[in-house]
Amino acid sequence: MEALKQELKEKIINILNLEDVQIEDVNDNDALFGDGLGLDSIDALELIVMMDKDYGIKLADPKEGKAIFQSIETMAKYISENRTK
Amino acid sequence: MNVKNVYIAYTNCITPLGFDVDSNVQAIANGVSGIRLQENSTLMTAPFYAGVIDSDKLNTAFAALSDAKATRLEKMMVLALDPIIKKSGVELNAKTALILSTTKGNITVLNENAVPVPDAYLHQLAQNIVDFFGFTTQPIVVSNACVSGIMAVSVAKRLVQAGLYDNVFVISGDEVSEFVLSGFNSFQAMSDVPCKPYSANRKGVTLGEAAAAALVTINNSEAKAKIAGDGSINDANHISGPSRTGEGLVRSIESAFNEAGVTAQNIDYISAHGTATPFNDEMEAVAFNRLGLNEVPVNSLKGYYGHTLGASGLLETVIGLESMARNKVFASMGYDEPGVSQPINVLAANLDTPVNCFLKTASGFGGCNTAVVFQKVNNGR
Amino acid sequence: MADKYYITQHCSIEGSRISFNGAEFFIAPDTAFADFAKQAYRHAGIDYPKFFKMDNLSKLSFLAADLLLKDTVPDGGNNTALLFANAASSLDTDVKYNDSIIDKENYFPSPAVFVYTLPNICMGEISIKHKLYTENSFFVFEAFNPEFFANYAAILLDTNKAETVLCGWVEFFKDEYKAFVYEVAKEGSLEHTAKNIQTLYLS
Repeated sequence: MEALKQELKEKIINILNLEDVQIEDVNDNDALFGDGLGLDSIDALELIVMMDKDYGIKLADPKEGKAIFQSIETMAKYISENRTK
Repeated sequence: MNVKNVYIAYTNCITPLGFDVDSNVQAIANGVSGIRLQENSTLMTAPFYAGVIDSDKLNTAFAALSDAKATRLEKMMVLALDPIIKKSGVELNAKTALILSTTKGNITVLNENAVPVPDAYLHQLAQNIVDFFGFTTQPIVVSNACVSGIMAVSVAKRLVQAGLYDNVFVISGDEVSEFVLSGFNSFQAMSDVPCKPYSANRKGVTLGEAAAAALVTINNSEAKAKIAGDGSINDANHISGPSRTGEGLVRSIESAFNEAGVTAQNIDYISAHGTATPFNDEMEAVAFNRLGLNEVPVNSLKGYYGHTLGASGLLETVIGLESMARNKVFASMGYDEPGVSQPINVLAANLDTPVNCFLKTASGFGGCNTAVVFQKVNNGR
Repeated sequence: MADKYYITQHCSIEGSRISFNGAEFFIAPDTAFADFAKQAYRHAGIDYPKFFKMDNLSKLSFLAADLLLKDTVPDGGNNTALLFANAASSLDTDVKYNDSIIDKENYFPSPAVFVYTLPNICMGEISIKHKLYTENSFFVFEAFNPEFFANYAAILLDTNKAETVLCGWVEFFKDEYKAFVYEVAKEGSLEHTAKNIQTLYLS
């Protein structure tokens, strides 16, 4: 689980071009959207693509993403329970 | 300053509902939609709803006109423009321009070529149209996302008003392509049923394709309407999400109203954007309420055509002008129960009502909005 | 046109070099655009993380516009219209996006790339940063068109659709790029004529 969280932090910084954010800046329970990392709706869509591409998880309803993408913690939990690759 | 009046005269359109204005209006009046379930795996693996022009019909119509080599989109554009150039008798001289609006132009040529060929450039597409008809002035391309078609009308009006041209032919077109289908799909914005603008049951966009054409002119003798005011003001909010307050649309409409010297009370009909995404339709409802336009009959024509992107603004203007000429506004297809937080007067059925002044609006990615006010002249004909 | 207008400031970005009002502002020789843009952003002292999410055309346009708009207050009251044009539209990003849908076995179209497959997005980015609730329009021509800029900017000012206009020729395709962005106002010393625009463009 720790390895997955670390991997997610790297991926998010990389895929979402968070230029000035370091891995150690992101805490497991920080909010990814809103005040936290300040991600927006396009970032959320990009995370949906990442879930599909890297973990074989298809989220048909973007509203589902809201709970899953709350924090690194919630993402890691969902991925570890649902991943197909 | 002595401001010249500028008019919109001849119009035409090439759509899944027909290859002239009358057949399109007939279909809309009869509640016929051009949206069909498409099973074309070269465009998308799963079946999808879209408004697609029959290629055989298009090729046949084009072959009757010319044996020139042309892309599918160019055929649509030539067929839309040809009759109005002929009917208008306007000379293609130094005072006559062509404005072409599109979002993606001949984007499909990218599939066939690793290196983009000249046709992938929008100015080349415009040059091909200019060469076909023999325009003598340099073409002007407007590519401003989903407001392109109506912005092209506004730009044409401004150039004519400034005295740079006496006549501007406006041609707008976009195709349903794998490029845009996959893109809207990646935005989770595609509806799995034909789109339902302003409805509580709306599930997103249905794409469509069309070409539309019009003449914007200094000459009022054959005019349908005066282009009385226009504005294209940005939301300054988000590159893909519409403003929650409708700020850019409100300011665009205000700009158009001020120039036209009209108020909300003068507007008989709004031909709105209505893409059927949750946020777009909501944003429009907020904007119309802020301006006191909530009781004006409004429709979105996306239920008949799907979202035809860079063509939509002009195509919907062409139909709006017919509503004005016939004093008949059309049902907003797909609308069943109210689905926006503020009340607006969405047309649930066709309605015979005097239309002397109508407002066309559009909004798009990049936070863009355009509003244009049209006032009837010559009884709309 | 009834009134005379003036070019009040201008910025060019080309070949890893930024010039502002004729003076060199920043240079990073032999640097690919991605790195150049990052260095220029730091050099200009901009703090706007969204910059790094933009495509090349938007980064290019944003950097040039930011120099010209740096003294304006982003309070929504600034009526500076954006009048932008180029030859390649968004083709640089179009090709990038198209590459992501060619392989059917590895088909993951990116929404963050797709949104930039429209040339006017760069004006949206500038409008958001500087809170410009103003006239925006994007045109495409085969080549730089000073007459059109002169005419259309004058129309926006003549008709009071704008107080000032930011005109921009912003071209980006396959790491070849040029931005020429300038401000037109009702007062100044260098008259806004096609000839003067062309001279500055080539300088």
